[in-house]
Amino acid sequence: MKTSALRIRTPEGIVFAQSLAGPVMRFFAWVIDLLLIVAFMYGLNRLMSWVRLISPDIAASLTTAGFFVVNVGYGMFLEWIWRGQTIGKKVMRLRVVDADGLRLQFDQIVTRNLLRFLDMLPLFYVIGGLSCWLSQKCQRLGDIAANTIVIRIPEISEPDLEQLLEGKFNSLRKYPHLAARLRQRVSPVEASTALQAVIRRDRFDPIARIELFRQLAAHFQEKVDFPPEATEGLTDEQCIRNVIDVIYSARV
Amino acid sequence: MIIDLQRFIEKSRPAWMELESMLARVESDNRPMSVKEMERFHELYELAAADLARLTTFASEPETRSYLESLIARAYGEIHETRDKQRRIFPLKWLFQTLPQAFRRHIGAFYLSLAITLAGCAFGGMATYFDPESRHVTMPFGLDSLRPTDRVKEEESRTVDRLAGNKSTFSAALMTNNIRVSITTLAFGATWGIGTILLLFYNGIILGAVAVDYVSDGQTRFLLGWLMPHGVIEIPAILVAGQAGLVLALAFIGWGDRAALGKRLRHVSRDVVTLSIGFALMLIWAGFVESFLSQYHEPIIPYSAKIAFGTVELVLLVLFFARSGANAKQS
Repeated sequence: MKTSALRIRTPEGIVFAQSLAGPVMRFFAWVIDLLLIVAFMYGLNRLMSWVRLISPDIAASLTTAGFFVVNVGYGMFLEWIWRGQTIGKKVMRLRVVDADGLRLQFDQIVTRNLLRFLDMLPLFYVIGGLSCWLSQKCQRLGDIAANTIVIRIPEISEPDLEQLLEGKFNSLRKYPHLAARLRQRVSPVEASTALQAVIRRDRFDPIARIELFRQLAAHFQEKVDFPPEATEGLTDEQCIRNVIDVIYSARV
Repeated sequence: MIIDLQRFIEKSRPAWMELESMLARVESDNRPMSVKEMERFHELYELAAADLARLTTFASEPETRSYLESLIARAYGEIHETRDKQRRIFPLKWLFQTLPQAFRRHIGAFYLSLAITLAGCAFGGMATYFDPESRHVTMPFGLDSLRPTDRVKEEESRTVDRLAGNKSTFSAALMTNNIRVSITTLAFGATWGIGTILLLFYNGIILGAVAVDYVSDGQTRFLLGWLMPHGVIEIPAILVAGQAGLVLALAFIGWGDRAALGKRLRHVSRDVVTLSIGFALMLIWAGFVESFLSQYHEPIIPYSAKIAFGTVELVLLVLFFARSGANAKQS
């Protein structure tokens, strides 16, 4: 079965997941790398025009060998020194990692890059793309042979609850017993949904935003029946902000 | 119950930061950790793992969770890795010990690679012998355009060096092309070896067809003088590429091995890479020899000298792969 995340259970019993990169993101990373390789080759060619003045034979041989080495070695070298990343992968926030969660080894990097010769066939990574699309862990043949996967690196940002709630009077806190009941009845997934809705509120279309907060407010009001004066005059969005404040912040 | 997320983050953050900075140091530094550092690293890893478990059980905050997951994933890789950390490379040890040992470990795959090529040779040779017109299909690089006798006459009467001023370019073109073909032969191992077998067989056809064409035309000496200086290295290099491809294929197929695919591939990947670097080095040498020696014939260089040179190379190559590093510890 196709999966979007690789779950690894440690001997300590902790399960962690790594988000797998899809073929499209990987294709864009490859396009960036390809453009850089072309630019490098152009630069090398310009440089060789000076060497050509001394010896056209040496210039031509260095150009041929240089093109080949850059083509084959670009991925190997950068993935080795940057622990599984090339410039394209850095831009797209992708990283090559061991499929079992272990340390990425040099031979794995070389293997996956050598097998590009097969994945690239017949052109534009058709074989690699198909393999990626069909395999459970979104691996091209090179990844399967090297036992590697390509993951998405999460953007790390902590929720700034203080910024969201700062200076606001929370009418729900006037009823501590009901606030406690709300904390008890709300599941982590429901709490997270409300939190994410507030954090991402500016990204929604205005009509969709109103509708989303209306549904969320109705949902949380069903959990605990606060008296009408606790929610009187509050917009649905403010109501959800107050709910989050109650759920995620234990101060009373 | 849902934990007080803000307080939780504030309290746990210093430990996460410390683990992150230790990880950055471990990942970039080749220096092994001291016992004290290891103890602290393990302690921080366990703290972070416990925090992740708490966060997953009591709260659902995807960004903090994915941050912790990525931290634990990195630490897990460092703590549970049992393979050697590849710190320093010793080129001479690698060349005289690691490479021949890897070759001998998979000698069966090499013999298979040789057998497939020989089968191709037999097919190409018979095709040329029984149907001389097939040379137009089996011979590349325009070799079919001239009868061997005519080509030998042309080469031996040549007064101008046709490679003058282009030797390095020709050499680089040969190396890159041969290495590309060899990598492709290796990479096709991922098709359960079908592609590798086909490429080896096809190479054999060319070799057999050319050999029978020249021998049947009475040009055996020229053939040996022309092919031996570079061929005794180039052909084994392609066989080694086939060997690496077949090793990969056998790991994919997993005959008689009940280990999971990942484990089987992990087991052979270092040897596959070693063999790859080995055949690339052999082809670089062969490219130089082909450009600077093989293309020159009598009366410029006597065939006997070229054949002797090729024989010495072959003997050294056989000795190298058979004996080098035989008494050293397996690496």
